[in-house]
Amino acid sequence: MIMFMNNSDSEEEPCNERTSLMSAESPPVPSYQDGLQASEAGEAQPHRKRRPGSSCSPNNVADGDMSDSGVPVREGALENEEEELTLKYGAKHVIMLFVPVTLCMIVVVATIKSVRFYTEKNGQLIYTPFSEDTPSVGQRLLNSVLNTIIMISVIVVMTVFLVVLYKYRCYKFIHGWLILSSLMLLFLFTYIYLGEVLKTYNVAMDYPTLFLVIWNFGAVGMICIHWKGPLQLQQAYLIMISALMALVFIKYLPEWSAWVILGAISIYDLMAVLCPKGPLRMLVETAQERNEPIFPALIYSSAMMWTVGMAKPDTAARGPSQQMWDAAEDGRENHRSPSRTDSQMSEMRSPLPTHPITSVEELEEEERGVKLGLGDFIFYSVLVGKAAATASGDWNTTLACFVAILIGLCLTLLLLAVFKKALPALPISITFGLVFYFSTDNIVRPFMDTLASHQLYI
Amino acid sequence: PALGLFLFTIARDPLRIIILIAGAFFWLVSLLLSSLIWFIAVKASDPRDQPLQKGLLIFGVMFSVLLQEAFRFLYYKLLRKAIEGLVALSEDGCSPISIQQMAYVAGVGFGLMSGAFSMINLLADALGPGTVGIHGDSQLYFLTSAFMTMVLIFLHTFWGILFFHGCEHRRWWEITAVVVMHLAVSGSTFCNPLYVGSLVPSYLLMAAAAAWAYLLSGGSAQNLRRFLLCKS
Repeated sequence: MIMFMNNSDSEEEPCNERTSLMSAESPPVPSYQDGLQASEAGEAQPHRKRRPGSSCSPNNVADGDMSDSGVPVREGALENEEEELTLKYGAKHVIMLFVPVTLCMIVVVATIKSVRFYTEKNGQLIYTPFSEDTPSVGQRLLNSVLNTIIMISVIVVMTVFLVVLYKYRCYKFIHGWLILSSLMLLFLFTYIYLGEVLKTYNVAMDYPTLFLVIWNFGAVGMICIHWKGPLQLQQAYLIMISALMALVFIKYLPEWSAWVILGAISIYDLMAVLCPKGPLRMLVETAQERNEPIFPALIYSSAMMWTVGMAKPDTAARGPSQQMWDAAEDGRENHRSPSRTDSQMSEMRSPLPTHPITSVEELEEEERGVKLGLGDFIFYSVLVGKAAATASGDWNTTLACFVAILIGLCLTLLLLAVFKKALPALPISITFGLVFYFSTDNIVRPFMDTLASHQLYI
Repeated sequence: PALGLFLFTIARDPLRIIILIAGAFFWLVSLLLSSLIWFIAVKASDPRDQPLQKGLLIFGVMFSVLLQEAFRFLYYKLLRKAIEGLVALSEDGCSPISIQQMAYVAGVGFGLMSGAFSMINLLADALGPGTVGIHGDSQLYFLTSAFMTMVLIFLHTFWGILFFHGCEHRRWWEITAVVVMHLAVSGSTFCNPLYVGSLVPSYLLMAAAAAWAYLLSGGSAQNLRRFLLCKS
């Protein structure tokens, strides 16, 4: 596993980066913010289902409003439109995050259930040197705690290193690092994965074909993630690499260590994002101050551009997705909005011909997406994958963990709406997931099995 | 069929999906609590005493039914408050989703989760090798399980509608009727493997609940006739 160590260095670091959930806006105008807070406080008590509705859109509307002349006078006139936006797009954000998380989890669970390779124990990463094959429970527990401490300290060191690099503007170094790590992910892990899947299904494939397939996959992936590409393709690639990473974790982390690590990393995430000196928080704030996007290779952006009732005859020749970008691009250029999504999206897009200014008004209903770090994807999938792999082959546990994680995500988005700043996405979901995993595995399973054997229904 | 329901009616609107997942979550929590109770009871009792185990199982089932209904009530309360929030936020004073739709979605959520929990392990095992009923059990195990699950999912949906309607209009007899029906259906499964005793009453109850829910939702025999004859 030595080779994993050398290369995984770059792997670990992106993981830490990714464990935060951010709203897609830069610090808004204070007066407007107060206005929003007041209007939210005046509502009925916040509740889970509705709050996702109101949650992210005030963020987006803050953006949309800032992109106007920024004059507070227009606040009142825009209140109604905000609320309309709230209604229409609020729940949409939750779904926009549900879908990729669900897809990632499905890929991981499907692979775990079908491909034997990922559930065999073939050694451990160099980060978890203590074996868990010890006879006594206490020793095993101790080993897993030690493993966790080592892993978490590695992650902390990497994160601090990254933040330091970012602060001192060593962008080239960071970019090189990220490119190297995503290269490794895209090529090496995909090769292993494909090899195992082909083995499982007993499909023969010769090396030239394999080389061609992997080369294409990897090259397009590199371009999509680091440069420009269709949004959906980029999202698909990010989901793929998260799933691959999660599979690697599931395979190479020993049992108890994995659970303790999950717990510890959610605590770490909580601290790193919320404490004033936390590395992730500093990273986010620095990025906000400089109005720069956080590296596209580390964040999943659900941003979708929306144009309502626009009929652009000259874009009829292009595909619909391109039409959306055109309009959004113009909107951005016209609005000169400093929000993070904007700069990232515009960075990813080639300059498109500008359309006349009259399109500005129609673009007020443009939507900013919510961003979720890739580390969150990975750890959610690790949790569900471990549940699928080790819960006595039981689907109920997997399903329970899945629902728990989704509900945690809902709650986190709710809190995002209330607090309007970067929040850790891991703690709530992982806590729910862990609680449900252990309780379902130990308590619900005997109950359901007994019921099923007597064919009783509740 | 339940999946078809989901695809056609719920998957379009993100708000409904959230309500669905939350409904499934509530059912899950109720299941957790009820199995916790059962687990404690089993551990505290003698594992070799067969009739006692059976009795405990029955007790567990009944308790679970009651807990499910309690959680449905809690979920109703939550959704009521959510609707108030929705109304406050909307621009024209009415919420984008009515309480009936919510009732429907909540019912489907409960039903899907309970159906999934009942069926998934069976399906996974069904993919593997083996013969059904080789030890003298019924050979129709899978088939009857499938039908029972389907009827249960539909029943949960209808119960959701009835329950919420009862809560809305403060008609306690509706609520108790739902609880009693649920208990009856679960109780009838005790007759398994004498399938006549469980499947037939369940389907009859489902038909009754369906008709009741349909009437409550504003349908009528005329609507039905027009729909079936495809008149405009």
